[in-house]
Amino acid sequence: MNTEEKQFNEDFQLETPLAPKQTRLQEFWLLFRQNRLAILGLFIFIIFFCCAFAGLFMTSGPDPLFDPAMIRLQEKLRPPLAKPNLDSLRHEEIPYLGFYLMGTDDLGRDVFARMLQGAWVSLTVGFVAVGISVLIGIFMGGIAGYFGQHHIRVDHILMTVVLIFGAVLVTANFIRSGAMLLCLIPAYIFYSIRIQNRLGEKTSHLWAKFLSINSISIDTLIMRLVDIMLCFPSFFLILTVVALLPASIYNIMIVIGLTSWMGTTRFVRAEFLSLREQDFVAAVKTLGAGNFRIIFRHMMPNAIAPVLVSATIGIATAILTEAGLSFLGFGVPPPHATWGNILSDGKNFIFDAPWLTFIPGIAILIVVLSFNLFGEGLRDVLNPKLRERH
Amino acid sequence: MISFIGRSVVQKIITLFFVSIVSFLIIHIAPGKPSQVDPMNPKFTPEVVERFQKEFHLDKPLHVQYLYFYRDLFTGETVSWKDNQSVLKKIWERFLNSLPLFIVGTIITWTLSFPIGIRSAIFRGQFYDRSATFLSYLLISIPGFFFAYVLIIFVVNQFHVPVIGMETFGIGDGASLPHIFMDRIWHLLLPSVLGATGGIAVLSRYVRSQMLEVEGQDYIRTARAKGLPPEQVHYKHALRNALLPFVTMFGLILPGLIGGSVIIESIFSWPGMGRMAYEAILARDYPVILTVNFVSAVLVLAGTFISDLLYLIVDPRIRL
Amino acid sequence: MTDDNTLISVQDLKVYFRSGHDCARAVDGISFEIGQEETVCLVGESGCGKTVSALSILGLIPTPPGEIAGGRILFQGKNLLEFDEEDMQKIRGNRIAMVFQEPLTSLNPVFTIEDQIGEAVRIHKNIGAGELRDRCIQLLKDVGIPSPVQRLKDYPHQLSGGQRQRVMIAMALACDPDLIIADEPTTALDVTVQAQILQLLKSIQNTRSMSVLYITHDLGVVANIADQVYVMYSGIVTEQGNTAQIFHHARHPYTQGLLASLPSRSKRGKRLFSIPGTVPNPAHKPSGCPFHPRCPHAIPICGKEYPKMCDYGQSHLARCPVLFNSAKGYN
Repeated sequence: MNTEEKQFNEDFQLETPLAPKQTRLQEFWLLFRQNRLAILGLFIFIIFFCCAFAGLFMTSGPDPLFDPAMIRLQEKLRPPLAKPNLDSLRHEEIPYLGFYLMGTDDLGRDVFARMLQGAWVSLTVGFVAVGISVLIGIFMGGIAGYFGQHHIRVDHILMTVVLIFGAVLVTANFIRSGAMLLCLIPAYIFYSIRIQNRLGEKTSHLWAKFLSINSISIDTLIMRLVDIMLCFPSFFLILTVVALLPASIYNIMIVIGLTSWMGTTRFVRAEFLSLREQDFVAAVKTLGAGNFRIIFRHMMPNAIAPVLVSATIGIATAILTEAGLSFLGFGVPPPHATWGNILSDGKNFIFDAPWLTFIPGIAILIVVLSFNLFGEGLRDVLNPKLRERH
Repeated sequence: MISFIGRSVVQKIITLFFVSIVSFLIIHIAPGKPSQVDPMNPKFTPEVVERFQKEFHLDKPLHVQYLYFYRDLFTGETVSWKDNQSVLKKIWERFLNSLPLFIVGTIITWTLSFPIGIRSAIFRGQFYDRSATFLSYLLISIPGFFFAYVLIIFVVNQFHVPVIGMETFGIGDGASLPHIFMDRIWHLLLPSVLGATGGIAVLSRYVRSQMLEVEGQDYIRTARAKGLPPEQVHYKHALRNALLPFVTMFGLILPGLIGGSVIIESIFSWPGMGRMAYEAILARDYPVILTVNFVSAVLVLAGTFISDLLYLIVDPRIRL
Repeated sequence: MTDDNTLISVQDLKVYFRSGHDCARAVDGISFEIGQEETVCLVGESGCGKTVSALSILGLIPTPPGEIAGGRILFQGKNLLEFDEEDMQKIRGNRIAMVFQEPLTSLNPVFTIEDQIGEAVRIHKNIGAGELRDRCIQLLKDVGIPSPVQRLKDYPHQLSGGQRQRVMIAMALACDPDLIIADEPTTALDVTVQAQILQLLKSIQNTRSMSVLYITHDLGVVANIADQVYVMYSGIVTEQGNTAQIFHHARHPYTQGLLASLPSRSKRGKRLFSIPGTVPNPAHKPSGCPFHPRCPHAIPICGKEYPKMCDYGQSHLARCPVLFNSAKGYN
């Protein structure tokens, strides 16, 4: 027995040296490295991030290094690299570097300072908006893909309606009637559980049968929601909501996030639909894993690839959208500076002070370009179908 | 086939219904009143405001307003609140303005994207592909109005071509027909090119990636093993498969009709649908906003429907 | 040693794939010959370079990552590796044809059977539409597809796996080639269908006097159809000979290991044998004999010197001097 086991073990020992082991991250990095444009994109992004971060510190607080909000009307529309007119300035108005690195705008504000401040704001807008849309997208897509075949029963719908009515009544100050409706819900849940336990399979009552009829499936529901959202041309939707709501940076971020989750939902749902049939999911199920563990621990890491790609490109789109909104006058309100703000402020002086348009424009171009390159590089690496055949 | 069409149409109508409700709710729930009814607006006396409210049923509960609005919409009687013109007539006029822009832009986009994308895929990694790729990224990344201004400055300074508006002001009297025609074309040129460049960048990348995916398939290897020359391998075997998804994209062009880029129209002072919708949003002109929304939803759903139908026809693997 | 009976002679073929800093030596100097009307089998595990060798005969190796690093492929006296693309196109499908492993993905899903078979003929021969159709029907009959006239208008996804593979064979036969290369044509099919396809290939070969290069990892198939067998391991030929020699007098440890791993009724109840270790990575091959880390007969020199082919007579060669010397010691 002992020698047999030893023999057994020996047979399975690997004697030849295998190729050097690489973790998935290393493998990914090696492939990614070959795409030079993507590396360039990553590099520029890192520089941008550092500038934005540094800019945040250099331009905030009561006495910042570069003050973006300091108005010097006597110095307006100075070109880049211009020296300030020292006689007309008070001491604290003199720019930190001794000259205007990027000129001044029509209110005499230092464009360089505004760009530094705007960098962080634009970055935040991009990330938060995309963060919101990705979270919603993953949630909706995951539910639709995994639980897709579950149907919503009539009593679920009824309870939701009661819930909404109850909430509305409570917020409209009809507290008593609202509270009464809300109490119906736990009562019904309790009741239906007891009924189920008692009657078992034989639900002979007609209304009980009615309440358990399946209406549409969750998958259909979510996909119809996506269709409805897609019927609104996205820029118009954003414009409508932003124009109608009070202008604030948070509203813009939230609105952009709330109107761009549809793509992510579709991707995640498609990935989940195909992953659900794969053997590893069945294997984990037989080990006894619960639904949420399966979704988040096992399926999500596999489905994350298209989400990452669309997220990076989404940040680029969000920055561009914010610039577009600023152009139309609905961007982030002053005093916050964003690159879109600076660009749209400059459009009135395009012949007198072209730097007001070109500097933020080129800056936006480079940063958005870097995001796009990085995202496309990610897509090429994460998509096995596009790799070269060996 | 018939059952598929029937089911699809019913589903789309239900979606349309929900879209109408959602857009209605968004408009009315958002804070702010239409400028006409805003009690703060100094132009209107209280009597005028009240009369306005009565006439447009604004004092009635929401669902009644909804019914009134859609009844008017379907009978063609909706009236804009801003200037009391019939909404449908307004939309139609602006639509005719937007149409040449849209058609020229779409033609430029689709006729240029495919050759560029296909060629990029066939010569993957070589100079043509690299430069086309880089240019596409550039065009996708540039902020629209920035690019527009750069182009305008360039064109105006170099070629002295008029760019603003649909036609040169005052040209209508006394000018000959060819002259008017040429003038129109000059004005049409820059905005459509601008609109097309973004589209070309995106579409050609998509074409390229589809072609690359198809070129990696086994049946392309079989085609080569049969001794087919490269042109036949690429343009007969690969293309036919790669183009499948784009046939369906044809249907999705439809919603673009009403899209009209707000930004491009603002810059060029082009009196198109985008600007009309934008002005309506600003003025809280509910009928116009809702009608535009409704028409756009109809176009999107119709476009999706056509896409599905085309896909059915074109792909032999799908037969119902 | 080529004589007039040799159809194609591969001499010292080397095909390398470069990716980044790695150089994967997929085919590292193999030589084999296929005679007229002969069935030659290339046997080996996955990754030993058999498919790459076959593809290089037809010039189908994608050249950015791959490159032909040496050798000659003589076909009717000319070196195929020196042909330019146009001349190769005249050979492909015409004088040398190939049948691939996965029939579903190897047929274009948007063209009918008639289109695809007809195309194979039309490229190389100039015949009219009516005659073309008759030829397609005849080809379908030859490969044993029932009701061929109806099948012409079908699309690949409407046929079963076995039928699709028959269509692939029909496409390969379209221009009456001298050599058919079959790359694991039955691996993706059921066993019963596999037997039918093998039978089909045999009968076609008899009626049309073709040679067949059959690539497989299944020794059972080899025993069934092969005239000459070349055993490949990690990009080199380790043993070659006719079927009887290989199966009854295997002279290379790898071949012996392969044969020993076959489950058989005589070994019922005993432990299954498997060759210890794994196939080396083509980019990181062991020095000397590539099989030596797994070889029960290895001696120190095996890891240092690349072994030469040892001749056992009657065209039976094996690349293991250790066994050769010990065999000679007996005589």
